[in-house]
Amino acid sequence: MAKRVKIRVFRYNPAHDTDARYDEFEVEAERWTTVLDALLYIKAHKDHSIALRYSCRMASCGSCGMLINGIPRLACYTKVYELGSDVVTCRPLPNFPIIRDLAADFTAFFAKHKSMKPYIINEVAESIDGREFIQKPEEVEKYLQFSYCIKCGLCYAACPTVATDRRFPGPQALAQMYRYLIDSRDKATDERLRIVDDRHGVWRCHFAGSCSMVCPKGVDPALGIQLLRAYLLGMNRDSKVVAELYRREPK
Amino acid sequence: MKENREGIKGWLNPTRYGANRFAYWLQRLTGLGLLAYFIAHVIETSNIVYGKNAWEKMLAVTQTTEGHIVLMVVIGMCVFHAANGVRLYIAEHGKGIGRPGRPEYPYKPTSLGLGMKACIWVSVALAALAMMYGAYVLFGEV
Ligand code: HEM
Ligand code: SF4
Ligand code: FES
Repeated sequence: MAKRVKIRVFRYNPAHDTDARYDEFEVEAERWTTVLDALLYIKAHKDHSIALRYSCRMASCGSCGMLINGIPRLACYTKVYELGSDVVTCRPLPNFPIIRDLAADFTAFFAKHKSMKPYIINEVAESIDGREFIQKPEEVEKYLQFSYCIKCGLCYAACPTVATDRRFPGPQALAQMYRYLIDSRDKATDERLRIVDDRHGVWRCHFAGSCSMVCPKGVDPALGIQLLRAYLLGMNRDSKVVAELYRREPK
Repeated sequence: MKENREGIKGWLNPTRYGANRFAYWLQRLTGLGLLAYFIAHVIETSNIVYGKNAWEKMLAVTQTTEGHIVLMVVIGMCVFHAANGVRLYIAEHGKGIGRPGRPEYPYKPTSLGLGMKACIWVSVALAALAMMYGAYVLFGEV
């Protein structure tokens, strides 16, 4: 059964608007209509000038994050019906500068991710020549969940510390730091700890948990941050043994 | 406008992101409340340097109904802040927040699981109980 809903879209172009406004559109929503479906319908039939970012439409690319009825969500992963309201208000993600309308600027967010050196650091891996690292399932499970991150920035938009501290890397970056730190193939433990061991680094987190509340992929960045902090406090140092390269014998 | 940061505004609303965000808000509020009380307390007790009279005049203020209510709020703030502080201390040492695994839909975060939630509500309940006991002692003697 379809219902008519009002979609309120935040409109603002920093290049020539002094104030933002909301444009309102009436749309028919089915039980399966996502907020992204509704916005794309509006773009196709009512006002094509709305700026928004999307790509995969299936919660994989991380492009369509926006503030939907006050909470950061993926527009393609949020059904109009599940909001339980006849009014759907879309705003750009907070804590990101606005490019235009619903499109937010991820430059600083990606720079923070990059500053965590999000790759395996291990000089042995450079000369791998037919050998491979062997990881037990338990070793994979230590980081697997954090590697599901799609860099959508919902956690960064929900975090009260990001909201006030420009230098804080944010939940996404810190969780990625833990992901590489605890990977048994990575050898740069001390280098990594030096990057986050700062009063604007991992210690700035107050465990408000909002990041994990909004994460659409089950990454649970708050868990990663507390485990990173625990590692610095010497709590689970023995949980990481750097893996060796093995040559797999042909059968 | 272009920056679109939430700023301190983001701290003020405790209702948006579940129990942990509420606890974050209350820890901050009670921390600042205790700090204010601590400063007032030092100023208040420093009255003793002006002699016995000044000291007793000051003590009389705490014997009024308003004085009792302020003290009850301080008791509540103390108990919540301390209990929730211990919870944070444990969580920030990586305990009681679950462990990473294979994410399964609907992706419930273990760090916001029942254990943490229970600790938050127990802290609130302990604060309420302490306030009630405080009220019993303070108002009981009037
Ligand atoms: C039993 C004693 C106490 C414990 C276990 C405790 C624990 C804590 C913890 C763990 C935090 C950090 C919270 C976070 O990361 O967001 C904190 C913050 C704070 N505490 Fe306490 N505390 C205690 C007593 C006090 C007292 C007596 C005062 C005031 C004189 C006080 C004032 C504050 C303030 C102002 C903050 C900062 C609030 C914030 O950043 O959100 N605390 N406390
Ligand atoms: S941790 Fe979750 S919310 Fe944050 S960027 Fe990654 S997928 Fe998005
Ligand atoms: S469009 Fe790719 S995550 Fe929503």
